[in-house]
Amino acid sequence: MTAELTRDPDGTATQRRSGAAARGRLTRPGGVLPIVAILALLLVLIAIQQPDFFQPASLLSFLGRSAPIIILAAGQYFVIVSGEFDLSVGSLVTAQVVVAARLIDSDPGRTWPVVLLLFGFGLLVGLANGLITTALRVPSFITTLGMYLILVGAVYLWSDGAPRGGLSDEFRRFGRLAVEDVPLLGRLPYALLVLLAVAGLLLLFSRSDPGRTLVAVGDNPRTAELAGVRVGRAKTVAFVLSGLAATVAAILLGGYSGVSFQAGLGLEFTAITAVVLGGVALGGGRGALLGAMLGALTLETLFTLMNFYGVSGALKSTVQGLIILAAVSVGALRRR
Amino acid sequence: MRRPGIAVALASVTTLVLAGCATDTPTPTPSQSGATADAGTGAQSKFFVQADYDREIALLGATATGPADRPWEQVLDPRPVDTAKYKKPGPYKICFSNAALNNPWRQVGYKTMQAEVEAQKALIKEFVHVDAEGKDPKQITDINDLLGKGCDALIVSPNTTATLTPAVETACAKGVPVIVFDRGVDTDCPVTFINPIGGYGFGHVGAEFLSQKVPSGGKILALRILPGVDVLETRWSAAKVQFDKAKVNVVGVEFTDGDPAKTKTIVTNYLQRHGTIDGIWMDAGATAVAAVEAFQDAGKPLPAINGEDQLDFLKLWKDKQLTAVAPTYPTYQWRTPVLAALRILRGEPVSSPWKLPQPTITQDNLDQYVDDAMPPLHYAMCGCTDLPGYPQRWK
Repeated sequence: MTAELTRDPDGTATQRRSGAAARGRLTRPGGVLPIVAILALLLVLIAIQQPDFFQPASLLSFLGRSAPIIILAAGQYFVIVSGEFDLSVGSLVTAQVVVAARLIDSDPGRTWPVVLLLFGFGLLVGLANGLITTALRVPSFITTLGMYLILVGAVYLWSDGAPRGGLSDEFRRFGRLAVEDVPLLGRLPYALLVLLAVAGLLLLFSRSDPGRTLVAVGDNPRTAELAGVRVGRAKTVAFVLSGLAATVAAILLGGYSGVSFQAGLGLEFTAITAVVLGGVALGGGRGALLGAMLGALTLETLFTLMNFYGVSGALKSTVQGLIILAAVSVGALRRR
Repeated sequence: MRRPGIAVALASVTTLVLAGCATDTPTPTPSQSGATADAGTGAQSKFFVQADYDREIALLGATATGPADRPWEQVLDPRPVDTAKYKKPGPYKICFSNAALNNPWRQVGYKTMQAEVEAQKALIKEFVHVDAEGKDPKQITDINDLLGKGCDALIVSPNTTATLTPAVETACAKGVPVIVFDRGVDTDCPVTFINPIGGYGFGHVGAEFLSQKVPSGGKILALRILPGVDVLETRWSAAKVQFDKAKVNVVGVEFTDGDPAKTKTIVTNYLQRHGTIDGIWMDAGATAVAAVEAFQDAGKPLPAINGEDQLDFLKLWKDKQLTAVAPTYPTYQWRTPVLAALRILRGEPVSSPWKLPQPTITQDNLDQYVDDAMPPLHYAMCGCTDLPGYPQRWK
């Protein structure tokens, strides 16, 4: 992060942030140390209650199950760090799963064309979110809330309110199956491989010039613009990434559980909670992609821990709400 | 009756519902196994009514009157009422206020009803259907609108019992014969109320099966959609009575929100925690396939399980030779209100209430219900194979 700050045209901002960086690179706002510490603590608590969790097979299957939400959080990171929100991802996931089931209709031959179509659809939704937000200057909270409602309504209308058709085994493979008999590890879920590939690509992107530009845009769009950054285009790219991430998540989730009207229910909030938990500032300009993804993993670990300790799953939303409030308050205090 | 899907529609506010119920609903103890007096099933539901339970369990063994090959025309414990005052010449205009079409069960049911109307087109000149989309206020408005449209008979499938009661009473007061089915209302003014045996019967069948099939000391996991919904509470409370009586080991009672992903995660977690699970009881079959998949994906022996008559489950049952049973809440009940309306308008007596048989699919009759040509979310107990447009209409 220090690297892109040297290219920050706003002198005062650089000054202030250099001071923060001097206080400790890992503990500064947006650093990943706090989330690593929380994750480690949760893992210790799980180890006390359920040591079996750390057997390779069950640990890998947990990581595979967490892959969709980690990928969604990664997509959401780009939007949030550029200063916007994407509330449409949950309904986009549902729409993708329902559309896939109806179009594939249990016919393996249609799997790949439909997967391509889903990516096209995810890209279009992201593009629409981005263009409406930037070109029409609609706040992204409203744009993506509108998109959420449009998708919910469109899916309802198109499917008469109940899912139809079915997903092929070919389609479900990514979310459900695993490479069997891997030496040492046992079963290696395809979802985990997909996660590693997506995470690798996105990490590369976040360290490239366009990736760093997104952070600068979120930090101060005005200065970024004065420095020659095309702010609208950068933010639109962020929304498109979020739409594509939602598509990958939809393919994994649909694969994991089959066709369901609830495939994406509430995922936008889980993704935002994960990103915030990972130390990314709401409002943009601060935070690391790795932190956001670790935030998602931490959240899933927390839910697993709650299950092991017999805490009602009903508290999930409450916990998410508390995390958002706590993380944002802590962030605000530290910025003073 | 509140279908699971309705509960599912509420899932976005689930947390609020659960939080709201937390203080006055008996909380199941999720993971405490062992030699507790209640077999790990927790306190009995406050929705449990012993007399209703006894009546439904008795009806499970009762013989229905009417043609055996047409269960939607059969009646358990018939109590005929006179309908001469509604007699009028046909053809008729029949109106239907529908709670919702928001789950596969209601979709299959409604298509079956439309097909029945088509089969009776000599007697029905017009069929008006209004979908309340799962909203009470919309259904109240719908019923009022229909009253001004010259309907000869009004069929109502209420969204919720208490809230829709006044609207149904208003309709009765207009003199139009009202037929209520699926979920009930708190008034006797409709000419008849049509539904199958009910939730206690449903829950009991699955629990009795598991009590027999799970070996002594075996572990049973109960999966429920969500708490506080009357018909789902009756299903669970009947299962609880049975499990307590059989002294089986219920290691957990969990809520799935009817979400297959959540179901799969819960079952996976239980398999991790307990090593093996020998039986799965479900209050609705829609996520039964997801539950079994969790065992398959974890490489564990498949459990004894109860599902429902949805074809994805029946097919899995046959392919993987599951130890399974499928109590049903048959979709053929959507045919009956049309037949009842025509009988009432011709002045023929009908039974009130009209209790329909609630068949169970077992290993012995499984083959007659599995149909690879029908879609996975179709319900086998539709009683629709003789209707116009079969099978294309249901695909």
